[in-house]
Amino acid sequence: MHNKPLTQLADDLVTKRVSSVEVTQYFLSRIEQHGNLNAFITVDPDFSLAQAREADRRIQQGDRPALIGVPVAHKDIFCTKGMLTTCGSRILSNFVSPYDATVVDRLNQNGAVILGKTNMDEFAMGSSNETSYYGPVKNPWDNATVPGGSSGGSAASVAARIAPAATGTDTGGSIRQPAAFCGVTGFKPSYGQVSRYGMVAFASSLDQGGPITRSAEDAALLLNVIAGFDARDSTSVQRQTPDFVADLNGDIQGLRIGLPAQFFGEGLDSKVERVVREALQEYEKLGATLIDIDLPNSDLCVPCYYVLAPSEASSNLARYDGVRYGYRASDYSDLIDMYMKTRAEGFGDEVKRRIMIGTYALSAGYYDAYYLKAQQLRRLIAEDFERAFEQCDVIMGPTTPTTAFAIGAKTDDPIAMYLNDIYTISVNLAGLPGISIPAGLDGNGKPIGLQIIGQYFGDTHVLNAAHRFQMTTDWHQRAPSGVQQ
Amino acid sequence: MFNLNAGCVNLKNRGSNCCIQMALDHQTVINIARLARLHIDESDVDRYVSELSRILDFVEQMNGVDTEDVMPLAHPQEGRLRLRDDIVTETNQRESFQTVAPEQEAGLYLVPKVIE
Amino acid sequence: MNWEPVIGLEVHVQLLTSSKIFSGASTAFGADANTQACAVDIALPGVLPVMNEQVARMAVKFGLAVDAKINRRSVFARKNYFYPDLPKGYQISQYELPIVGEGRLTIDTDGGEKTIGITRAHLEEDAGKSLHEDFHGMTGIDLNRAGTPLIEIVSEPDMRSAKEAVAYLKKLHTLVRYLGICDGNMQEGSFRCDANVSVRPVGQQELGTRTEMKNINSFRFIERAIEYEIERQIDVLEDGGTVVQETRLYDPDKDETRPMRTKEEAHDYRYFPDPDLPPLELDDTLIEATRQTLPELPDTKQQRFMTQYALSGEDAAQLTVSKELADYFEAAASATKGDAKTVANWIAGDLSGYLNKENKEITASPVDAQQLALLIDRIHDNTISGKIAKEVFEAMWHGEGSADDIIDNKGLKQITDTGAIETIIDEVLARSAPQIEQYKNGQTKVFGYFVGQVMQATQGKANPQQVNEILKRKLDA
Repeated sequence: MHNKPLTQLADDLVTKRVSSVEVTQYFLSRIEQHGNLNAFITVDPDFSLAQAREADRRIQQGDRPALIGVPVAHKDIFCTKGMLTTCGSRILSNFVSPYDATVVDRLNQNGAVILGKTNMDEFAMGSSNETSYYGPVKNPWDNATVPGGSSGGSAASVAARIAPAATGTDTGGSIRQPAAFCGVTGFKPSYGQVSRYGMVAFASSLDQGGPITRSAEDAALLLNVIAGFDARDSTSVQRQTPDFVADLNGDIQGLRIGLPAQFFGEGLDSKVERVVREALQEYEKLGATLIDIDLPNSDLCVPCYYVLAPSEASSNLARYDGVRYGYRASDYSDLIDMYMKTRAEGFGDEVKRRIMIGTYALSAGYYDAYYLKAQQLRRLIAEDFERAFEQCDVIMGPTTPTTAFAIGAKTDDPIAMYLNDIYTISVNLAGLPGISIPAGLDGNGKPIGLQIIGQYFGDTHVLNAAHRFQMTTDWHQRAPSGVQQ
Repeated sequence: MFNLNAGCVNLKNRGSNCCIQMALDHQTVINIARLARLHIDESDVDRYVSELSRILDFVEQMNGVDTEDVMPLAHPQEGRLRLRDDIVTETNQRESFQTVAPEQEAGLYLVPKVIE
Repeated sequence: MNWEPVIGLEVHVQLLTSSKIFSGASTAFGADANTQACAVDIALPGVLPVMNEQVARMAVKFGLAVDAKINRRSVFARKNYFYPDLPKGYQISQYELPIVGEGRLTIDTDGGEKTIGITRAHLEEDAGKSLHEDFHGMTGIDLNRAGTPLIEIVSEPDMRSAKEAVAYLKKLHTLVRYLGICDGNMQEGSFRCDANVSVRPVGQQELGTRTEMKNINSFRFIERAIEYEIERQIDVLEDGGTVVQETRLYDPDKDETRPMRTKEEAHDYRYFPDPDLPPLELDDTLIEATRQTLPELPDTKQQRFMTQYALSGEDAAQLTVSKELADYFEAAASATKGDAKTVANWIAGDLSGYLNKENKEITASPVDAQQLALLIDRIHDNTISGKIAKEVFEAMWHGEGSADDIIDNKGLKQITDTGAIETIIDEVLARSAPQIEQYKNGQTKVFGYFVGQVMQATQGKANPQQVNEILKRKLDA
């Protein structure tokens, strides 16, 4: 059952070949079996099974919305009413949300069952899942390596087939990078495509929720439910939401694929490059043409991002002050001391580092040199993409410079960690849609991701290109050894 | 070209011929921590000085690009603000909200005494 | 040395919307603590702001009324600081690009009209309230007010005395109520003022060091706080000291200002554009539609009252202090056969007196404009005298009926029958031989005695003019 595509699972449920309670129970026990992965922060079988029973009741009554009865795991950044929402942080370790995020609400409305809340880097700040208060997640392909981050729990659970599908969020690569490391499909929609309401904010102008699934087709199925205008989010875009599933099958004959020189330069692991080049050859066989393009400013995306994201985060995380919800320190002398101890004890090292950087970058006298300068660079980076898309329809390259690295390998070197997102960050800065799909394995059997980037609101083109590749290859069906049991 | 291994080494060179030298000192770290309401043990200040300085050195690469006359881009989607009608849509949920409050009484959130 | 005070004001005006600026929670005053603080207002993780259109319209309305530049594009920024009544750890405000740019307001001073510059007016959200009553040594936080829309109106440092400052504030207060964008209730904090005060030697261009006084909530206190602060600064400077730039609190009980107790940290608000809110863009349609909703403004109304009703500038100013009062006047003036000046006198006199005594607004007056008009008609047609009218008004105030009912029920109708008055006068004269003697000897003051006697005999109802005429005729015969 755990290898079935989402479409088939949904079909089995609607045709009553299997009940939602059975499916949910099945995946709950798989989560338990693979508990060593530490992919989940919260699993609440009573909660999930109650939803499953409700789904079965709806199916009986002939009410059959798109994902009726299908269990979906949520990154623990999405607020879920009545279930713990920790964001991987001690400061929210006791926070039971009184409301549902729009993404969660839409999935609930469409009959999906919340399978649990997946582990993540604290406040989505990390590329390895090692900053979680709840401990690191292990990569199902090699338990000594990281699953990537920040949506590491979601990617690992889909890879290990302990969740049929999961939600994630991507601020600088947090869906695509773990998808690449875990050999699954991770899609970051265009900024404004998926509502941010109820998604704990990290860097508001960059954050975007999206699906982590085994295939582009599964991703499209999920997107059909979660994407679309939301009046509660002022940055939600008001335009006709496409039918992501219907648009999957378009012909890609003549598709112009841009290859940025900057994505194939120094620092790219040769095995990763070889696999990506092979994937590109596959595209040529499908009728696409490859075009060399230039994104001259993209090598500055990491420094630019590490000013903008921490700046926004320093402000977004100011609400965690121990007054209205969440953790409060127990020993303090006065109000300011309460704030300072609460936040010092509640946040982990990486979060504190970024709050400090952001606070500094926005402070008097430094704003122009850091924040404003980074915003100017952001425009240059976005304009590079605009120019590139005059020559090509989609851009392709590696998702990450290397395959999954060992747990602990980069924890002492923040900058080495940041550079993991070197190919993904510029996409967030420009607000574009991007996907990572499995493209092959390295010599050690570790997955390698191909990244496909589209134009603003060209989400369906990206999914279409990904789906055509998956129609003729089987990399996305490969599972880590050890998950079949 | 990306330089994955030694971001900072390069940057030192760039730093010398650009506008500001972004070195952090001990007192600045203490001030930022206070501004951000983060308690830092005195013994950790120097660790922060070196970690944050490294990151700032790294982001200093930005100064290698001339951005004069470039309009800052605050948001990927440069749209206009959508406005909602002036209608009360929310109802009282105090009880539900305050079940997760660290300390409350008589419907109020309690904090250590605020002095004006 | 002669000193010149320099005063600038920042006024926070709560906008009269139903819901908050960025959430759908109610703004009604006086609800139980935290019952009107929704998920957005208490800043739960993941919530987002969505702007209230009415707030933008009200700000535009204000901008148009003070002849200001309306910025077609304005930007919301985050002002970052920690305070328990500020749930997000930042206040959404406008910083570099406010919705309303430069404008002006004209005030009346002893030296004639004076124009006070308005630097800008920007939108922002209000904070909650800290309740300092003792909760076991802790402070209670009520977030009902958090997110209430405010427009902060910043003046140029154009005022030169406490009196001018108060004149500007009163003008502003009148204006925002005319526009229907604020209820002007100062006790409830709907209209709050921060004053920046400095002094400099007369003739000096450069400004002195200023102090700021926050949240003063009555015109009287503002005047006294500014006066106190001017004196204090002059004393400091004349003693060879320097004024410290600081925030001070005005204590009305001691009538003094003093520095705030908390050691103010160097504020660094780290403003940056709020990434949750794209820029606010206003099109001409919205601005023009808003212009159409502008009421007649106080200055225009005052001018019109002077020409249309032949009122003095002072009367017209007093009647146009609020739109409700002006409406009341116009309704009464157009309903009565009496003249407008009499209506103005009645409003300024007895009506205002009773309203003040019972602390009532004109809209809550038990005597409405039509009823007052009828009363004035009865003076006009000689049914009652002005003096009796006061008695009738008092009865009307206490709900005893219309002017006519009261005149009838109490038999207050004036005696205008010459024969009847003559009869009474004859009776009075018949028993007043000594007084007649005095009168004839040239003690004309005694005339008042006869009038008094006649009035006493008629319980004040005899037409005084007729009484005078007949008495004179008989005595001088």
